Amino acid sequence: MGAAISAVGVSRAFEDGSVALDGVSLDVAPGSVAVLVGPSGCGKTTLLRMIAGLDRPTRGTVTVDGAGAGDADGGPAAVAIAFQEPRLLPWRSTVRNVALPLELHGVPRRERLARAREMLGLVGLADAHRKLPGQLSGGMRMRAAIARALVTRPRVLLLDEPFGALDEITRHVLDDLVLAIRSELSMTVVLVTHSIAEAAYLGDRIFVMAPAPGRVVRTVEPGFAARGPALRASVPYASLMADLLQSLGTAMASSGGGRAA
Amino acid sequence: MSTVRSFLRGAVPPAVMVVLLVAAWQVCIWAFRPSAYLVPAPMDVVRAAGEMRAPLAGAAWMTGTSAAIGFAIAAGAGVLAGSVLAAVPFLMRGLYPIATLLQMVPLVAIAPLLVIWCGYGPRTAVASAAIVSVFPVLAATLDGMRGTDRGLVELFGTLRAGRVQRWWKLELPWAIPSIVTGLRVAAGLSVIGAIVGEFVGAFAGDESPVGILILSAMRENRTDLVFAAVAVAAIVGFVLFGLVSLGGWLLLRRWHASAA
Repeated sequence: MGAAISAVGVSRAFEDGSVALDGVSLDVAPGSVAVLVGPSGCGKTTLLRMIAGLDRPTRGTVTVDGAGAGDADGGPAAVAIAFQEPRLLPWRSTVRNVALPLELHGVPRRERLARAREMLGLVGLADAHRKLPGQLSGGMRMRAAIARALVTRPRVLLLDEPFGALDEITRHVLDDLVLAIRSELSMTVVLVTHSIAEAAYLGDRIFVMAPAPGRVVRTVEPGFAARGPALRASVPYASLMADLLQSLGTAMASSGGGRAA
Repeated sequence: MSTVRSFLRGAVPPAVMVVLLVAAWQVCIWAFRPSAYLVPAPMDVVRAAGEMRAPLAGAAWMTGTSAAIGFAIAAGAGVLAGSVLAAVPFLMRGLYPIATLLQMVPLVAIAPLLVIWCGYGPRTAVASAAIVSVFPVLAATLDGMRGTDRGLVELFGTLRAGRVQRWWKLELPWAIPSIVTGLRVAAGLSVIGAIVGEFVGAFAGDESPVGILILSAMRENRTDLVFAAVAVAAIVGFVLFGLVSLGGWLLLRRWHASAA
């Protein structure tokens, strides 16, 4: 089962005086998809990095299943992250890239390759396991990066604008892949995006963020019963997007016209 | 077919140029008739090489072996030292300027010291070859490792990789294209180093290395033989360079643009 994530009064100030986050509180239910949506500089990636344990709040707490994010108790397998870029090692075959997290933790070769192949199958790359990253398309590389994040069977999958560089059609396919994986492996997913369409489609709970200083200005729970092409063409989906867009516009106006931090 | 064609495209132009340069050399000999003591004709050099082929082959083997051992020591020491300096910024800031300064000291100036430390014989040639070729490997390793993609370093951090794991599985492979470039430079330098070492620290015996062959041919006014020995030295350097390039190509051909 996925883990619950909680942030309470989280702030992050930098040495130069800039404030990336100011008093952010949010809860993510186990097994749900949470989306952090907002313009550049709203602190959404900072918050994601805190959940991953890559950054620490200057005030407040971030917990994953009650334990401090990034604590050794959570174990390396508890939280996995896929970045904006695939970050694959160009000299390793796809399957060896996917097996890397297991290799670093001493899982025997035969077992880790078997598990990596299983994950490649799950993301639709079963036939590409011997290829080098340079021989894959952008979408395939991103699938491989997600497979690598999944190979340790984490309870939380963090996605930092993973599909930002891909074309629209590939994005739609990968959005559905994220939902399928969430069901298959029953994990909690936190996605950072600047795409309102993606946020509206994927989020069980959507946190709309605004910059200067970074904060959550609205929380939306769309409550869609099912996702698919029909949802993308539906009126409630279009209304939700318009609603989110308006929230962002209002928040930006109150932040001083949307200057990027 | 394309391999043959690309090989020909690479090999034919330099071969044609060599033939043209040798022809120009012969024409100059006919035109200006210099003394054979000053500049021998190409055919004289070929004849001298033919007469002395056994000593020349032995010399190539001895000098090549010294250069190769010195190169191997430099490769190992350079990669290791470069890795340590890349990993410990304090050491890099402290030692790299000193290493750069030492690199400026002419090899011929310290060669007599090597004779004092290593004695007469091939060990001086090996030490000289290693010293002159270690710096390019060190600098290339350091540069390559410091250029490791920040995103990949962060990835290894999120995967909680140990320091040695990060070096072995990320930084070292990442630096290989740069290290191969350093090794290519070092391969050529190692032959120069070996011959300088032989000039000061080798002795003529049943078999002499290239450095000694050049010195004794010079003393006997056999300029044709000096030319032949120099050509042999160039061939030894070329073979070493070629082997290193081949090794680099085999390592990089599948994933790096430099080997495409």
